[in-house]
Amino acid sequence: MKSEPTFKGILYLSAASTIFLLAGLFFTLLRHSLPSLKAFGFGMFYRSVWNPVSGDFGAFPFIVGTLFTAFLALAFCTPFALAISLLLGEYWRGTTWSGILQTLIEVPAGIPSVIYGFWGLFLVVPLIRSLESKLHVAPYGVGIFTASVILSIMIIPYAASLMIETIKLVPYDLKEAAYSLGATRVEVIRNVVLPYARSGVFAGILLALGRALGETMAVTMVIGNSNFIPKSIFAPANTMASIIANEFTEASDPLHLSSLIEVGVLLFFLTMVINMIGKAIIRRTVSGAYG
Amino acid sequence: MKKLVLLGLVLSFLLSFVSSAKAGDSELVGAGATFPYPLYSKMFEVYHEKYGVSVNYQSIGSGGGQRQLLSRTVDFGASDGFMNNDQLAKAPAKIVHIPMVLGADVVSYNLPGRPELRFTPDVIADIFLGRITQWDDARIKANNPGVSLPSDSIVVVHRSDGSGTTHIFTDYLCKVSHQWASRVGEGVSVSWPVGLGAKGNEGVAGLIQQTPNSIGYVELIYAAKNHMSIGVIKNKSGKFIHPSISSIAAAANIPQIPEDTRVFITDSSAPGGYPLSGFTWILVYQDQNYGGRSEERAQQLVKLLWWMAHQGQQYAASLDYVQLPQKALTKTEKIIESIHYGGKRLLAEGKY
Repeated sequence: MKSEPTFKGILYLSAASTIFLLAGLFFTLLRHSLPSLKAFGFGMFYRSVWNPVSGDFGAFPFIVGTLFTAFLALAFCTPFALAISLLLGEYWRGTTWSGILQTLIEVPAGIPSVIYGFWGLFLVVPLIRSLESKLHVAPYGVGIFTASVILSIMIIPYAASLMIETIKLVPYDLKEAAYSLGATRVEVIRNVVLPYARSGVFAGILLALGRALGETMAVTMVIGNSNFIPKSIFAPANTMASIIANEFTEASDPLHLSSLIEVGVLLFFLTMVINMIGKAIIRRTVSGAYG
Repeated sequence: MKKLVLLGLVLSFLLSFVSSAKAGDSELVGAGATFPYPLYSKMFEVYHEKYGVSVNYQSIGSGGGQRQLLSRTVDFGASDGFMNNDQLAKAPAKIVHIPMVLGADVVSYNLPGRPELRFTPDVIADIFLGRITQWDDARIKANNPGVSLPSDSIVVVHRSDGSGTTHIFTDYLCKVSHQWASRVGEGVSVSWPVGLGAKGNEGVAGLIQQTPNSIGYVELIYAAKNHMSIGVIKNKSGKFIHPSISSIAAAANIPQIPEDTRVFITDSSAPGGYPLSGFTWILVYQDQNYGGRSEERAQQLVKLLWWMAHQGQQYAASLDYVQLPQKALTKTEKIIESIHYGGKRLLAEGKY
C-alpha cells in the first residue's frame, strides 16, 4: 500500500487550498474595491463623510465605532472571563461542577448572533434606556454602550475557554513550591498561576477581540446605526461590519458598492494588524517570563 | 459490492438534481424587493396551483434585484424604486418597468396617550432635519390644537439599511422641502442629519414602539400590523389625509404618470391622494430573446406578468397592499404587451 504518500498529498493539498482561498478572498475584495480606491485613495481611512446620495465616502466614523465597541466590550468581558477561569481552572479544578460549568460557558458561543440581537433589543436596550435617563443623557437605549455590553457577553466563551485550559496547565510543583514558602492562595494566583498562564490569557483575550471586531448582526441591531463619529459611549454609531450589513444589499451605485467592499478590506487589515500585535505581545510575555 | 451500491446511490442522487435543474422551463426565477414578497409569494403559489408553472422568487432587496437582472441571472427583477437613466444605459438591452401594486410609507410615533397627530410637509421635513427638536414645538402644536404634547426631545428613527421605503420617504421630503433637497437629497440610503438607524421595517417599528417620544417612517403594513400611531399628512391639495387603500390608490390615479411609469407618485396632485404612496415594479428585458432563452420561457413570463396585473390583484387587499387603479393598470397592460421575443409579439395567444 502506498497510503503514506497519498495521505501526505491530501495534507499538502488541503493546506495549500486554505492559503489559496485566503489569498483569493483578499484579491477579490481588493479588485472590487479598486473604483473607490481610485476615487478616494487613502481618504477612506481618515475622512468622515459617508454620503450615498452625493457619492462621497470616508470610513473614519466606522473605524472609530469598530475599535470603540470592540475594546469597550473587551474591557467589560475580561474581568468576568478571568474570574470564571480562575474559579473553574484553579479553585474548582477537576471537580464535576467545573466540568459542567465549563460546558455551560461554551454553549453561548454556538447561539446565533441574531438571537443576541433580539435579546439585546428587547431586554438590554430598555434597561440601558432607564439607566440613561437616570444619568441625564439622551435616552436612546441603543448605541455604543449597549452594543459593547451585548458583545462582551458574546465573547466571554471565547476568552474564558482558552483561559481555563491554560490555567489548568499550571504545574502543581510550582504552586506547591509557592505554598511551601508560605504563600496564600491569592499570592499563588498572582505570582505563579497568572504569570505562567499569561500567554494563554492573552490568547483568549485576542480571540475574543477578533470576534468582537467582526461581529455584525447583533451589533447592527443595537448600535443605533448613525454615520457620525460617536461623541460619547452612549451615542449611536456604526461599525465597519454593520455599515456593510446595512447598505450592501441595496447599493446599486458602483462607487457605493465598491466603497463598502473597501471597508471590508480595511476590516480585513485591521483584524490582521491587531492579531499580529497581539501575537507579538504573547511572544514577548512568554519569552519574558520563561525565556 | 456495498461500496458500488453506495456509489450508485450517490450518483443517482446527484443525477436527480441535474435532471430537475434541466426541467427549468416550467420554473421562472425572480429576485428583488422584500416589500412585495408576501404578496408575490401568495400570487406565485396560486399561479403554480392553477398553471403548474412555479416561480422561484428571492427577496434579496431592490438593489440586488436590479443587479441580478443586469447580469441576466433571473427572468425578472423586482424593485421599489426605478432605475435611473445612468443605470439603464449600463444595461445590455432595454429594460422595462412594470408597476404591480402600490404601497405607502407612514409617519409613525410613540407618544403618551397615543394622540392622532396631523403633520404638514414642512414640519415632517424639519423634524427629520433636526430643526424641530421638541414635541411641544409651536409648529407641531399649530396643526394639533387641543392635543397635549410632552415637552420632551423628539427621537428620530430611520432605516439603517438601504431601502425602497427610504427612497419614497426622501423623495417626498425633497419635493416638499428645499432645505432637505439641498442638504440631504434622496435615495435608498442617505446621510441622515439626525436620529437612530434600525434595520428593516420591523427594526424601525420595534424601535419606535419601545422608545418613548420617537418618530419614524415605516411601510403602512408594518404600522397597521403593530397597531402603531399613524400620522395624518397634509397633501398637495391642502387636505389632511389618512393612509388607506382608497387614498393610496387615489394617489396613483393621476394622468401625469409617464409611459415608462418611472415616477415617484409622492406628493400626488390627486385631491384625495395620500402623499407618501409609491409603486413597486417588476423589471424585465423588453426583448426576451437573449442568452439562449427559449420563446416558450419568454411566453411563460409574459403570461405570468399579465396574470399578476389582473387576476393576481385580488390577493392584494387582504395582505394590506393596494391594487393598481385603472389609469395605472392601463399603463401596466401596455408595457406588458410591448414585451417581445426578437420582434415577435408574445401575448398574441390567449391572456389568462
